Formats: sequence, structure tokens, C-alpha cells
Amino acid sequence: MSAETIQSRRAWLLSDRPVSRLQARLGRAYVAWRRFSANRLALVGMLIIIALLVVAAFADVLAPYSPTVGDLKNARLLPPGAAHWFGTDDLGRDIYSRIVYGARWTLYVVILVAIIAAPIGLLVGTIAGYAGGWTDTILMRITDIFLAFPKLVLALAFVAALGPGIENAVLAIAITSWPPYARIARAETLTVRNSDYIKAVQLMGASPFRIVLRHIMPLCISSLIIRVTLDMAGIILTAAGLGFLGLGAQPPLPEWGAMIASGRRFILDQWWVAAAPGAAILIVSLGFNLLGDGLRDALDPRSGDQ
Amino acid sequence: MSVTENQAAAGGGSARAVAILSSLGRFLVIAVTTYLGLLAVTFFIGRVIPIDPVLAVLGDRAPTAVVERTRREMGLDLPWIEQFYLYVKAALSGDFGTSVLTTNPVMTDIRRVFPATIELATLGTIIGAVIGVPLGVLAAVKRGSLIDQVARIVGLIGYSVPIFWLGLLGLVLFYAKLQWIAFPARLDVVYEYTFTPITGFYLLDAAIQGQWDVFYDAWRHIVLPAALLGYLSLAYISRMTRSFMLNELAQEYIVAARAKGLSERRIIWGHALRNAAVPMVTVIALSYANLLEGSVLTETVFSWPGIGLYITNSLQNADMNAVLGGTIAIGSVFIAINLLSDLLYRLLDPRTRVG
Repeated sequence: MSAETIQSRRAWLLSDRPVSRLQARLGRAYVAWRRFSANRLALVGMLIIIALLVVAAFADVLAPYSPTVGDLKNARLLPPGAAHWFGTDDLGRDIYSRIVYGARWTLYVVILVAIIAAPIGLLVGTIAGYAGGWTDTILMRITDIFLAFPKLVLALAFVAALGPGIENAVLAIAITSWPPYARIARAETLTVRNSDYIKAVQLMGASPFRIVLRHIMPLCISSLIIRVTLDMAGIILTAAGLGFLGLGAQPPLPEWGAMIASGRRFILDQWWVAAAPGAAILIVSLGFNLLGDGLRDALDPRSGDQ
Repeated sequence: MSVTENQAAAGGGSARAVAILSSLGRFLVIAVTTYLGLLAVTFFIGRVIPIDPVLAVLGDRAPTAVVERTRREMGLDLPWIEQFYLYVKAALSGDFGTSVLTTNPVMTDIRRVFPATIELATLGTIIGAVIGVPLGVLAAVKRGSLIDQVARIVGLIGYSVPIFWLGLLGLVLFYAKLQWIAFPARLDVVYEYTFTPITGFYLLDAAIQGQWDVFYDAWRHIVLPAALLGYLSLAYISRMTRSFMLNELAQEYIVAARAKGLSERRIIWGHALRNAAVPMVTVIALSYANLLEGSVLTETVFSWPGIGLYITNSLQNADMNAVLGGTIAIGSVFIAINLLSDLLYRLLDPRTRVG
């Protein structure tokens, strides 16, 4: 590909007068990507998350040992070495393999929480914003009440009642994390609610249900995605905290927080048992934070450089 | 009340009185509904989710007579709304039932353990504010410089690190290897019989009584968990300070101050920071509330006998009354700080005085 074709393609992408919807969309995406990729930290964050996805997808290939069955006879609490990169735990299991498989559980938690909490917030926020009046007041009061609660403690109490387990931990985190999404969705709804295109759709006889679903919700998605990405780190930390307290994933699942809890007993002599999974949590949360910051700066120029 | 009304009638500052009254009224509505919401959620957790709430409270080994009595005492034969009314009434009088584990009323336990948490969170917030505010100011003033980058990385790691893991590593380094700090507890066993706490804040009590050896020992126990919580609040406080300061430094009064020939130091610390102070009070209050909550994990790692450890110990023993009582206690303080900082913001911000 010669320099000229690249030049002309860029000109096509950045054109002021796009001739098709596709060209306009690609052009906008290109501008956002340029802003995003200019931010080196954001790229690092993206690489970390891509690495997480790859590790989770190919865990079977990447892990040399089983994550749940260890060699109790020969390999208990071995320090990091050539055979076991991050050492072994008290049941003779390879910690590196457990961390690789643990990536799946981390993704599982994060994705499930996002799938449950974001739509709840989106629904509550758009309905409150579009309906206005009493509906708005009541829905937002409920949102604010939930917003004022201490999240971790409440999630703790929920899991205590529901019983320990990774599904219940997901549910508890989702219940406590939807309110910010509702606020964002409501704010976005209020900005478009009185615009001409909504009036046009109303005149064409669209039902409120259809307007909210087809014409308002899509506009809230991008700010919601940014916020969800920024929240991912918090979700991972809460899930790990629940796992650490024995309320999240149950043994022998290789969940990172639970792995730290089991390494706690040996922390003074065999520190590596707890050190490696904690480092994994730190790196992945950092990745989500960097990616979220980058996305916010690229897609939402208003918030600018904070 | 009548004084305010007279003032309002006289017309002088009547707009202001009305504004304050209406914002107080709004505040009351918000406070009441939020607390009712908290109680509704804990009611839901304690009474609706468990298949048999009596079993959840007593465990499965209680004799039938006790189960029947408790069922009646808890009012489980009444309709939901009446149960909730009784629940709220009991909670308002500080009755959260009895802890199975300690056999004390939950409220007595909470009174005993809460000062330890307050002491830890207060020291953590002080550390966070004392380091975080100057760091944020410097990062804003020298934007893009090395110190800005460092502040950013420090903040990002603070947002991403699992605190309990950092605590464990800290124990390995500072307790096991370097022996700078004492083992996880609140005070050495040696002092158990020679030291009588007055307020429950050991550092303060030791200082009042002039027992400086106890003070030193308490300090060696609290310093690492407090520093960790301080790091969490530092991450938040420095980031917010930087953003407030950037906002202020872009204002025109800064240009005016420069034109007047004020020294850079007075412009930054005297003018810009002073104007950023109001939102920063809110931020520090919020970070204090977050530390109260964050103490649950930290206390577990450091065997710190506060409300967090109380909750997690009760969790492990399926002691639901204690868990929910602790949740309400932390939740109440958390909500109170949230609401008060919001109110403080309205009262302190000069711009809200005009309307």
C-alpha cells in the first residue's frame, strides 16, 4: 500500500461531508481511535485486557498443570522455580495454572455483573428521565438511597443471607452497583428528551415504550460503557474481597481472592502462595482503570483531561 | 423558630431564611427516606431472603420451644407491613436482637467495638489528607511534570490494589522481616491488665493517662493498617484535589492575582486552594466514610477488634443478628457522613448564600 492511498483513505475518513452513514460512522470511530491511541497508558490498559481475554480463552493450552488437582506427595508449598513458575500451594497445586484458570472466573464475575447491573440502571434512568414528574421523583429517590449505602458491607450482608457462592456474590455486587448507571442514563435522557427528533417520532405516533427503547437508550450506551469499564476494577476488587472472606467462590475453584485467603495461613513463610494471585488482581484492575480513563477521554471530550 | 419567622417577616434576609429552611426541609426528607431505605433493605435481607428467619437467627440446633417463642417474639405471624413497622421501631430504640456468638445484645457489642474502627479510620483519613492534599496541589500546579505522573500512578494503583493483599504483604515485610511493627492485634497482651481504656481510642487514652509505653505499643499496632487505609484515601483525595485545583487555576481571579504581583505561593495556597476548600471538605468526608467501610477487610487481615472484624466473625458463625446490626451501624454512620457533608457543602459555599 503506497503512502498516497493511505493519505486518501485518511482524507475519506476525516471528510467533512460524508456521503454515507457508514462513512460518517467510520470517520467518527477513526477520530476516537486516534485520540484513544495517543494516550499510551490507555493502550497499556487495552493490552492488559486483551491479554486477560486471551489467557481466559486459551487457559487449557497455557496452563501446564491442573488447576484443582495437585501433587500432594512431592509438590507441597514449593517456592517459585523452573517447574512451577509461581510455586505451589498447600495442596501441591501449581499456582501459575490456577491463576491462568482464575482469569476465567474474573471475567465471569465482571461480565455477569455488567450484564445484570447496567440494564437495570439503563431502564430505571431512561424511564425516570423520559416520564418525569412523580415517576422521576420516586425512581431517583430509590436510586439515591441505594447510592448512599456502603456497597461492600451491603454486598456482605446479602451474601450472608443468600449463602456463599460465586453466583450469589455476583448477584450481591450487581444489586449494589446499578445506581450510578441509572443516574447517567437519566442525565443523558434529559438532554435529548425535548429535542426535535424525539418530537418528530412522537408526532409519528410512536409509543413511549418504543421511544425510550429505540430512540433514547441507544444514545445512553456510550457513556454507560465508559462508566461500566471504570467500575470493572471496583467490581473485581469487591468480588476478590468477598472471595477472601470465604463468601465468594468456594474451593477448589481457582478464584484469585479465595486463593489469597488460602495463602494467608502461610503468609509469613511461604509468601508466594498469596502474592501471585494478588498481583494478578492488581494488574487486571489497573488495566480496566487505564482503559476506562482512556475511553472516557477519547469518547467524551467534555470531561476533558482530569 | 419564631425568631427565624420574625426575621422572614421583617424582610431583611428573608430570602436567605427561606432558602435555609427549605434546604433543611429537603435535608430532613432525604435523611428520613434514606434511613428507612437502609432498614427496608436489612429487613429484606434478614426476614425475606432466608426461608426460615428463625433458623437464620437461632441456628438449627435450638429446641422447639425456643424456636416457637422466637417466632412469636419476632412477630413472624403478623403481616409484612406490621412486621416492618415493629422492626423500624426496635431499630430506632437501638434493639438489633441478641448475638448468638457473644450472647450479648448486638447493640452492646457494637458500642464496644466501634471506637476501634473509628480510631483506625480517623488516623487513616488524617494520613490520607495530610499527604493527599499537597500531592494533588503540586500535581495540578506542575501539570505534566514528573510529580504529576507520580501522583497519577500512585493514585491509579490505589484504585486498583486489593487492600487485604497489600496488608498481608505489609505484614511479611514490616512485621516478619524488618520487625518494625507489632503483630496483628490492637495492643500487646502485656498491657491487658495495666491499661484501662476511657474513651476506647487507645492512642488518646494512653496519652491522657501519660502511659507513654502503652502509647508507643498502640502506635506500633495501628501504624500499618492506618497507613494502608491512608493510602486508599490518599489516592482518592489527591486525584480530586488535582482536578479542583486545575479548575480554580483556570479562573480569571488567578490572572488578576498574578497581575497584582502576588507571589506564586500565595496565589496557589492562599487563593486557589482556599476556593477549592469547600468541595474538598466534602471529598475528605466521603473518603472517611469509605474508610469505615474499607476497614472490614483491613480489620480482618490485622485482627483489629473493630466493627469489620465483628461482622466477618459473625458471618463465619452464621450469626445473622450481629451481621445485620453491624451493617446498620456502618450504614448509618456512612449515610450520616454523606448527608452531613452535602449539607455542609451547601452551607459553606458562599454562592448558595445569595439565593
